[in-house]
Amino acid sequence: MAIVPNPHKTTGVLGWIDDRFPLTKMWKDHISEYYAPKNFNFWYFFGSLAMVVLVNQLLTGIFLTMHYKPSAELAFGSIEYIMRDVPFGNIIRYLHSTGASAFFLVVFLHMYRALMYGSYKKPRELIWIFGCLIFLVLMAEAFAGYVLPWGQMSYWGAQVIISLFGAIPVIGNDIVIWIQGDYIPSDATLNRLFSLHVIALPFVLVGLVVAHLMALHEVGSNNPDGIEIKKHKDASGKPLDGIAFHPYYTVKDLFGVGGFLIIFLGIVFFVPDGGGYFLERPNFIQADPLVTPEHITPAWYFGAFYAMLRAVPSKAMGVITMGAAVLILFAVPWLDRSKVRSIRYKGWLSKIALAVFSVAFVLLSYYGLQPPSEIGTFISRLGTVIYFAFFLLMPFYTSIEKTKPEPERVTG
Amino acid sequence: MSNQGVDGGRRRFLTQATAVVGGAGAVAAAWPFLASLKPSERAKALGAPVVQDISAVEPGQRITVAWRGKPVWVVRRTPEMLESLDQVTEQLSDPDSEQPQQPSYAQNHARALKPEVLVMVGSCTHLGCSPTFRPDHPAPEIHSNWQGGYFCPCHGSMFDHAGRVYKGVPAPLNLLVPPHRYESDTMVVIGEDPKDVG
Repeated sequence: MAIVPNPHKTTGVLGWIDDRFPLTKMWKDHISEYYAPKNFNFWYFFGSLAMVVLVNQLLTGIFLTMHYKPSAELAFGSIEYIMRDVPFGNIIRYLHSTGASAFFLVVFLHMYRALMYGSYKKPRELIWIFGCLIFLVLMAEAFAGYVLPWGQMSYWGAQVIISLFGAIPVIGNDIVIWIQGDYIPSDATLNRLFSLHVIALPFVLVGLVVAHLMALHEVGSNNPDGIEIKKHKDASGKPLDGIAFHPYYTVKDLFGVGGFLIIFLGIVFFVPDGGGYFLERPNFIQADPLVTPEHITPAWYFGAFYAMLRAVPSKAMGVITMGAAVLILFAVPWLDRSKVRSIRYKGWLSKIALAVFSVAFVLLSYYGLQPPSEIGTFISRLGTVIYFAFFLLMPFYTSIEKTKPEPERVTG
Repeated sequence: MSNQGVDGGRRRFLTQATAVVGGAGAVAAAWPFLASLKPSERAKALGAPVVQDISAVEPGQRITVAWRGKPVWVVRRTPEMLESLDQVTEQLSDPDSEQPQQPSYAQNHARALKPEVLVMVGSCTHLGCSPTFRPDHPAPEIHSNWQGGYFCPCHGSMFDHAGRVYKGVPAPLNLLVPPHRYESDTMVVIGEDPKDVG
């Protein structure tokens, strides 16, 4: 099919543009005539919120980069300079640091929505896979950014994460030295993580977000009932249960953004350190390679994965377990064998599995941040088993359970 | 476009040959970028050996020396500390130092060139935290048979007075003994093997 310029036959200045660039076509295809199911609920706020947070991170990041110095000697001081001397520097930094936590919160909820309503099932597998890649890049981006202030937790966090590569047999130690560019995390390490954080990873992240949305708009959005709205169309070919993204969902999403900003800015203005979870206290001390903090914790959003790393008594197996916990997400579209998409019409087994999984994930996140203890190790081990069982047993419990009949048209 | 008169075999050969040359070129082009991430000449120079005078270290005392930015402990062990090495053998995962965590000249009972002087990198083999020196014993909150040693506050790994790791803790290996040699009775060089061994 050849591309026909200006399919909507606009005239005037707009027509001149449309003859040369698909402006009206893009606006209609993706915004004003993109029909989304009319039954979106609360859970559908988080995609647009993730976009808002991404823009926040990019904007505040650009301004932070104007004042920050990526050097082991100057980094910590330049952060203090931003906090104390740069006009509104503290607000810009808090927007960025709180934004990192907000990013993970909305992305976790966005992924959970997909798990509930089967948004990864055919034909939306690639949307899910692009989403998993976004999650992976986001974790790398967050780790690199976390190191930049070069505080104690930055430094020792970097040491812990980079040493994970040391678990690779034979060449592990050489890989660690290659990643660090030195025998220990040092100026070279900080400088390259800065490069990744401000250039390479954001580039990849934005590209993946575009791919995620293009795949979404190609097949159309799922909905809480998990049924295809394209099955019932009116004479003009528009889905009967669909409403135009603009103005209906732009307005709904703006309302969500309003609610989000009230909470987000409340944290930025009044509790920017999140009680030690968004900005950890040892990070207010400059990095010192000779002194380990009493208790090294990852940022809260890595808690569950860190708990899995610690739950396994062997280093190499711990690293493999942690990696597998992220990689197994990619397989979800093929692990779910259910006839229906949404949890609303799945059987009891799926509902119990999702509920137990949710509890396990929250407990893993909690114990991943606590100092090692017997009960913590026990719960982390149990949680790790539940986490993997949820995914690996999915082909069985989704195929043997009795599902409820799906409605023809979307409900409420 | 007509494919008439096209020599298919020749076209395939040229396409594949171009792809192979292009691929080799891409690998060659990637090399300088990947190699640029290795430690620079300056970083390598800063990784040079350090010389430490240990004449003032009292028995039972530990000093910390920075070598390649890592904490290196020099401990003058008391006879009691050396005796404790045999009392914990049961609890250790590698009591005979079979894993390559020490130079060959330190693969012995005390994991040292001189039994009383322990030279060891103070960085946990689990995830690189610095274990704390806990010579006090008994210490039931650490282990029921604690004879003194090193305890990692990060993830609870335990090591004896020769840096040998206990069983059932996250750290997989004994603490690392760096290359070291004695320039004189009181001067230890960290980062260099003794002259008489390879």
